[in-house]
Amino acid sequence: MPIIEVKNLTKKFGDFIAVDRVSFTVEEGKIFAFLGPNGAGKTTTIKMLTTLLEPSEGDALINNFDLKKERDSIRHSFGIVFQDPSLDDDLTAYENMEFHGVLYGLDKTTRLKRIEDLLKLVDLWERRGDFVKNFSGGMKRRLEIARSLIHTPKIIFLDEPTVGLDPQTRNHIWSYVVNLSKKEGVTVFLTTHYMEEADKMADNVVIIDHGKIIGSGTPEELKNKTGTTSLEEAFLKLTGHGIRADEATSMDALRTQAKMWGRRK
Amino acid sequence: MNAIYILWIRQLKKYWRSKPRIIGSLGQPLLFLLVFGFGFGSIFQKAGGGSYIQFLVPGIVAMAVVFTAIFGGIELIWDRQFGFLKETMVAPVSRFNIMLGRTLGGATVSVIQGVAVLLISFLVGFKMGNLLMIFPALVFMFLTAFFFTALGTAIASKLTDMQAFPIIMNFLVMPLFFLSGSIFPLSTAPKALQILGKIDPLTYGIDGLRYAFVGASTLSPWLDLGVLVGVSFLFLLIGKHLFEKMEA
Repeated sequence: MPIIEVKNLTKKFGDFIAVDRVSFTVEEGKIFAFLGPNGAGKTTTIKMLTTLLEPSEGDALINNFDLKKERDSIRHSFGIVFQDPSLDDDLTAYENMEFHGVLYGLDKTTRLKRIEDLLKLVDLWERRGDFVKNFSGGMKRRLEIARSLIHTPKIIFLDEPTVGLDPQTRNHIWSYVVNLSKKEGVTVFLTTHYMEEADKMADNVVIIDHGKIIGSGTPEELKNKTGTTSLEEAFLKLTGHGIRADEATSMDALRTQAKMWGRRK
Repeated sequence: MNAIYILWIRQLKKYWRSKPRIIGSLGQPLLFLLVFGFGFGSIFQKAGGGSYIQFLVPGIVAMAVVFTAIFGGIELIWDRQFGFLKETMVAPVSRFNIMLGRTLGGATVSVIQGVAVLLISFLVGFKMGNLLMIFPALVFMFLTAFFFTALGTAIASKLTDMQAFPIIMNFLVMPLFFLSGSIFPLSTAPKALQILGKIDPLTYGIDGLRYAFVGASTLSPWLDLGVLVGVSFLFLLIGKHLFEKMEA
């Protein structure tokens, strides 16, 4: 049974079409990889599916709720780990979890139990009282994954959850994800630049480039279709070898300013 | 309701944990209090204005409140840049409640900062006419704080980084502060300044504080109250509109 059904989803920013009539389905309980080069439209699609961006055209059903009309029910249906960190560094790990639990309207008993179970699952229970600013990149990721599951969502979106992490931590993160998807029966919607990870983990793959879907199927099907032996080769064959422009951000400048104002360490 | 509470308590925790910020934002009002208070004190008295400290303290308390409040509103930019805003934006909570929780938190923090300045000003010889009047004073402080936090939030929802912060301070907050009759009486100022003062919402906050602290206001405290409630409400609505259109 599909838990996500996307039909002709489109997002325009002025004249630029970031996502162009994209359609696909995601089966319940499966691990789904949404792949593409930088600027292909992955994050824009995720932002639309998670109600952060209004689609220009098209429809989507998420957990049988209409993206346009039932935003609140959809918000209850998914958890998300964003590409960039989204924790409050000035709060402790526990407080970040609690904030989420209260925001999602969990009653106190459920909240406390979920927080304890999930923090134990990602091996952060002992560190629950520590400020997040003292955590390593891998610990922050684990905390974000745990946090995204507090309200027992049906779907979890992971937007490049392993970017910038060392192979050990990446391995760890993925084993948590597989473990969680089995234990909690959660549908996983992930993006990653590490093709071997998608190859190993994903039940189904969709490849997007320049806002359009250019390939889909199981990793095996994609390899067969392109006559390649790995998903990475299949990916390169479909998307070409040209290097894509990365997005420029003002993050570095902002971090300097924040330091100047004495807000973050 | 719970969502508003958790957003409110978050602001308070963050404020309390950032001791350099607490001390830093006490610095400017205290400098104004000491330098202006003692520097102009004797001239003010000779000109028949009475005790300048008595006149000045409500303005300086308002200064602490306003500056902390506007900063608390602008902090939204950091929440956005550091990603935490997205966490609240995908939650099943209305944007209005998110904004309300943040604004109440920012306003509460600003009132605490104002009270701290008030306590310190007792040390330099400030006297309140009636200590029970602290309660209306808190109301005026809170409304002023609420208005300026909402104003800061509304501005922040339109900005992408902190580059514009000095512009906001120098071209909006400082003029509003100086034109509000905070450090000199508006009633004896040139007509143009009086008119500008009349359209400055902070004028009513400071007048209300003067009424509560020393019992000497030039306007009716009910008018002060009405204007402050009005502009707070107005900016809450403007902020709600901008917040709902904002992309995280």
